[in-house]
Amino acid sequence: MLEVIVFSTLNGLLYGLLLFMLSSGLTLIFSMMGVLNFAHASFYMLGAYFAYALGLHIGFWPALFLAPLLVAVLGAVVERFGLRRVHENGHVAELLFTFGLAYVIDETVHLLWGSIPVSYSAPEALRAPLFSLFGTDYSIYRGVTMMIAILMFVALWFLLKKTRVGLMIRAALTHGAMVGHLGHNVPRLFMGVFAFGCGLAALAGVIGGPLLSTEPGMAQSLGPVVFVVVVVGGMGSLSGAFYASLLIGLVQTFFVALDVSIGDLLNGLGFAVDPYGEVTGITLASIAPMTPFILLVLILIFRPRGLMGELEP
Amino acid sequence: MLEVKDLHAYYGKSHILNGVDLSIGEGEVVSLLGRNGVGRSTTVKAIMGEVPPRGSIRFRGEQIAGLPNHRIARKGLGYVPESRDVFPTLTVRENLELGVKNTRRPGKWKVPQFLDMFPNLARRADAPAGVLSGGEKQMLTISRTLMGDPALIMIDEPTEGLAPLIVKQIGELIAEIAAAGVSILLVEQKLSIAMDISHRVLVMGHGRIVFEGTPAALRGDQTVRGEWLEV
Repeated sequence: MLEVIVFSTLNGLLYGLLLFMLSSGLTLIFSMMGVLNFAHASFYMLGAYFAYALGLHIGFWPALFLAPLLVAVLGAVVERFGLRRVHENGHVAELLFTFGLAYVIDETVHLLWGSIPVSYSAPEALRAPLFSLFGTDYSIYRGVTMMIAILMFVALWFLLKKTRVGLMIRAALTHGAMVGHLGHNVPRLFMGVFAFGCGLAALAGVIGGPLLSTEPGMAQSLGPVVFVVVVVGGMGSLSGAFYASLLIGLVQTFFVALDVSIGDLLNGLGFAVDPYGEVTGITLASIAPMTPFILLVLILIFRPRGLMGELEP
Repeated sequence: MLEVKDLHAYYGKSHILNGVDLSIGEGEVVSLLGRNGVGRSTTVKAIMGEVPPRGSIRFRGEQIAGLPNHRIARKGLGYVPESRDVFPTLTVRENLELGVKNTRRPGKWKVPQFLDMFPNLARRADAPAGVLSGGEKQMLTISRTLMGDPALIMIDEPTEGLAPLIVKQIGELIAEIAAAGVSILLVEQKLSIAMDISHRVLVMGHGRIVFEGTPAALRGDQTVRGEWLEV
């Protein structure tokens, strides 16, 4: 039991941090620019594929740094020559633009790399165990990804709280036009934030690709969960996105790990039900993929502004 | 310094500015008066490009109509909107620091100066600006814009909804700005402040300037006051 708790906590934290890498960019872009970027998870997928393709030529580590940079540049181009023009026609046009863009990226990935998973994996040396607990190994690669995720989190915090650009970003979250009136180039700031958000998503793809699976459906399977994180955390709240990411990461991981059915839970609470019935026999593991969306529905009903949000969703 | 000729602006299909002509000289304090809805705020918004302007707007000889707002600001035009817009999650000090356009070339106004001038801001220098009262927010936004060292500052309705004591403080701040040689375009409804500190007053009606003259001339012109100002 202790083994399940320790490893599920570690895995849940890692999954949560990956979710935060995606949702932090998405929530920054949303609250600064009002753009709900449907293509955000596609940039995550591009990160994984770019790292895979580059890695074949230049090796795993250089690709790990280069792929997010490339995706960030691509994000800057998309903002400068796509979104900025579409912006003049309002938010609905922007939404449809990112919706279309997601499909374009997904189909391009299909065309270039096929529809089955590619063999993007961590180098042999990193697959060795970092430590063993109760006879289960925790790989070096998991430890490394956890470290990268934590470093990213610290870097993001430093950027936003301790630098002048961070000051402008935080100011633009509430009054974008006023930041411009003070003489700061807000369109350029938007482009930077969009590119940075895409780069963060790509970084999540680069380190998450070998852990999960690098396949053309990865954007569509993670994308909705990232949206849930942003809504549950509270639209426009970075700290909210952080807590929601960890919450969803942990809940989902624990549900998968626990070998318990609904019936077992009810019996544990003192009800006497058949643990093998049609409904009561459903295991928590099979509910796990649904948990983020249950949370989404409950939050929208009982706390529409999200855990930490100030804006209305 | 600022020369506006035949300025028109629209909100959707409604024609708000109907050929505004105005000019402000070096170091001059000019007030833009008029009843609500005659286009005073829209005039300054159009100058800053917040409402798309049609017509000519020259600042220090350069055409600025339709430029992005940050480029207009960098030419030396400061704007304090009616909505005050302090950045609520940033501290008072951070708000002031963000007023500086280029940290390598700081201007003549410094943070401690404003903290000395406004003890209320000094007390909350490291608190989020969202907790300030309306008057404190107004002092902060004017100070913040001054941190960018503007040659001309346009202040929209600085005293609206504020207590008389605060109004007096803001009047003093505006006088201090003028004494520092900064030109001022003040949009106001309260005649007393405008009359006290302005070199020249403009009265707007129906999207145009309907009177231009010294405060003394306006005081003497019962017709203009009756028709365009008093309710």
